Formats: sequence, structure tokens, C-alpha cells
Amino acid sequence: MTHDPVIALSDVSKSFVLHNQGGARIPVMAGADLSVAAGECVALTGASGAGKSTLMRMIYGNYLAASGRIMVAGVDVAKAEPREILSLRRQTLGYVSQFLRVVPRVPTREVVAEPLLVTGHERQEAMARAERLLARLNIPERLWDLSPTTFSGGEQQRVNIARGFAYTYPAMLLDEPTASLDAENRDTVLTLIEEAKARGAAILGIFHDVAARERVCDREVDVSAFTPAAA
Amino acid sequence: MTPLLQVQGVSKYYGARIGCEDVGFELYPGEVMGIVGESGSGKSTLLGCLAGQLAPDAGEVLFDTRGEGLRDTLKMSEPERRMLGRTDWAFVHQNARDGLRMGVSAGGNVGERLMAVGARHYGQIRGQAIDWLGRVEISEDRVDDRPGMFSGGMQQRLQIARNLVTGPRLVFMDEPTGGLDVSVQARLLDLLRGLVREMGLSAIIVTHDLAVVRLLADRLMVMKDGHVVEAGLTDQVLDDPQHGYTQLLVSSVLQV
Repeated sequence: MTHDPVIALSDVSKSFVLHNQGGARIPVMAGADLSVAAGECVALTGASGAGKSTLMRMIYGNYLAASGRIMVAGVDVAKAEPREILSLRRQTLGYVSQFLRVVPRVPTREVVAEPLLVTGHERQEAMARAERLLARLNIPERLWDLSPTTFSGGEQQRVNIARGFAYTYPAMLLDEPTASLDAENRDTVLTLIEEAKARGAAILGIFHDVAARERVCDREVDVSAFTPAAA
Repeated sequence: MTPLLQVQGVSKYYGARIGCEDVGFELYPGEVMGIVGESGSGKSTLLGCLAGQLAPDAGEVLFDTRGEGLRDTLKMSEPERRMLGRTDWAFVHQNARDGLRMGVSAGGNVGERLMAVGARHYGQIRGQAIDWLGRVEISEDRVDDRPGMFSGGMQQRLQIARNLVTGPRLVFMDEPTGGLDVSVQARLLDLLRGLVREMGLSAIIVTHDLAVVRLLADRLMVMKDGHVVEAGLTDQVLDDPQHGYTQLLVSSVLQV
């Protein structure tokens, strides 16, 4: 096993330029450095607005970094072509956001199995794994054939988590995976995270739940250190 | 991997006015690219140039043909280009009436395409036509009806079946969900998304609807006044737009 980190950021900066509001330039991050090794779970901490989600979105390629390197399993997300990022997202880098982006009419079972189907898993195997995850997360079986569009917020969140953990990504980004879950489901999610770590996934997450953070995270990185000095 | 389509410096002028200018990109197999911009931004002009419906004033459109590798489709002879249009390419029009033969039955509309590429066995053609009508959710008992008896959403689905039945590798779509009810749009989008995945299609979709590209497109090009002002991964362009015009476009969408 190599000891190279799976996720490694060096000197990453980001600013937003608002062209339609007088070209205001808002620097939000500078000199961000961090790394996550295989089997490790690192928590991002810092006050609301410090840039935790921004940093996660940059690693996922959803926000453009202004400068620096964002290496994920050998790909520099800060410079990669769209198709390289798409391939990275399919094969390597998972992202569990707080909200499910629902595609109309697709049944829950398919929504969860999709990451397995696009990586070439057998349909039967993919469906079986999706069903196991849905059952573990207490989504009643009678809902599996329905689209999650009309589910409650909590159910959608659990469907989203099931989808995020269906495929065994070598690297994962988790944005408040336990927020607003009841005790039992929260425990299931933390167990899923522990299982992912045990199989060698590198995990970077935002956890406002201190007890959850202490249970699954190996160390913390305070993003306030990356806040640009006020000019 | 070789790109399926390589576009370089495509420009089209209407007299002194710019239709589109110096557009270039590469499209890889299985990729879906969206082109967005307001009316008059040149997106339909560009699509017409790419699909061989308009002759650009400059540029190259190289397509990776099955037989001969990369060919400049703009320099092909008319019969060659028409053959490409029947086999590897498909074009889905905004108005289904532009892409259908209104005097021919639904089954005939689909079967005709198969005959154009050499199918001759009536039973097989009809069987395949029924199969495709099913895939676009048109029931078998409507196979002998003419498209004029169909609703707008059904006509659009029929046009898609007619276009995809020959197994094209590249599909051009011009506002495929324009003018349809939102509920019908959702159904059509879901259908398109499934077909694109299953068939491994590459597609170029022109639309002004950002929700459509978010759902269907891997990549996005934003056009304004005939120029590409921004391009990139769809969610990145929509969530972290860099150009002033894209920022305006994204922030102008009404939240529901």
C-alpha cells in the first residue's frame, strides 16, 4: 500500500468576482493546504462562512480554483478537462451533499444503484446492493419503486446517503452526512463511514455534530487558517 | 480516445452581422454538451453549421466516421453528407412537425428510417418500429395513427424514436423540450437521459433552459452575440460562473 495521500491540496486560492455588482472581487480562500490518506477521515472545521463547503466544492470540481493544485488520485482537478473530472467523479471521487438532486420519475432503487450501473456493475448486483443500503437506512420497501421527488426531507437525505455509499469510491467528500438524522439512522451513517475507512477510502467531511466527528474522524483541519487576510 | 467531433474556427455571417464566430471544441464519445444563450446569441446558427444544414463561412467540422476516420463534413459531397445524416447523425427539431412526415403513420415514420438504411423485411421493420414506440412510451395501438392525431409531447417522442431507431452516434437537438408543458418536459427529459445513457450517445443540445442542461449535459458552452463566452463542466459553469453574462443568466432564473 502506498502512503501517498489520495487527496492533496497545495496553495489553493479562490475568489469570486461579481461582474454585475460593480466587478466586486471577494477573496474567500488563500494558501489552502491539506491532505487525506487512504483509510483516513479528516474533518473540516471553522465557523459558518469560513469556506468549508467552498473547499469541498473545489475538490469536487464544482467551483473553479483560482490557483494552486488539487490532486485527487493523480488528477489535478484545478486544471483537468471536464471529461477527466467526470471520469474522476464516476470512478474515484464520491460526494454526498446535504440535498438530493432529484431526477423526475426515476425510482428510488435506480437512483441509489446508478453509481454502480455507470461503473459497469451487473444490474442484479447493483440492485441488490441498493436494496441492502435502503433497508439499512430504514427506507420502507414500499417506497423503493417510487421516485424520491415526493419523499420527506429526511427520507431524501437518507436516499442521498445510500446513493453516495453504493459504489466503493476510493475518495469521498461528505457534507454534514448526519445532519437532522434520528439516533438510529445517524448510527448507521457513522457505521457506513467506518466501513468505508476500513476498506481504505480517504474521507474529507464537514460534521457539525461533535460526537459524530469524534467517533469517525482521525484529525481536524480548521479552514479559518485559509481565510485571506482582510485587505 | 479520439474525439467524435472536432470543431475548429467555425464562423457564419449574415451579411455584416455575426451569426457565430470562431467557435471550436471537441466532443468525445458518450459526451453530452449543452449550448445555452438567449435568443439571437447564435446557438441555433452554430448547431445548423455543425449538423450540415447551414454552410459556415469558415472553419472545420471533423467527424470520426466509421469507415474512414476523421473527415471534414463541410467538404463532403452532398450524397455523403446525406448518408451520414441517415446513419450516424440524428437531428431532433424543436417543432416535431419539422422532423416528422405528417402524412405517414407513426409506425411508418419510424420504419421509413430503417428502410433508408436498407431494411426490407416488412415484419421486422414493423416489429422494430413498435419496439421503439414502446421505448418512447407510445402504446402499440397508436402505431397506425398519423402524427397529427398525437399531442405535442407524443409528437416529440415520436420524432425522437424516428431519429434514434437507426442507432446514430451523434444527436443534434434544438430546444427539444421547447413549447411543451413542464410535466411533459420532465417525462421527455427523463426519457432522453435514459436513452443517452443506454445507447452511449453523444449529443449536442441547444436550449435556453438551464434546468434542461443541468439534467442532460455533461458540459456546457455559453454563447452571447455569436461568441462562446464560457465553457466547462455543466455544474461548474452554473454554480460558479466566471463570465459576467453567465452570472447574469444564472441569477436571472426564477426559483420555484
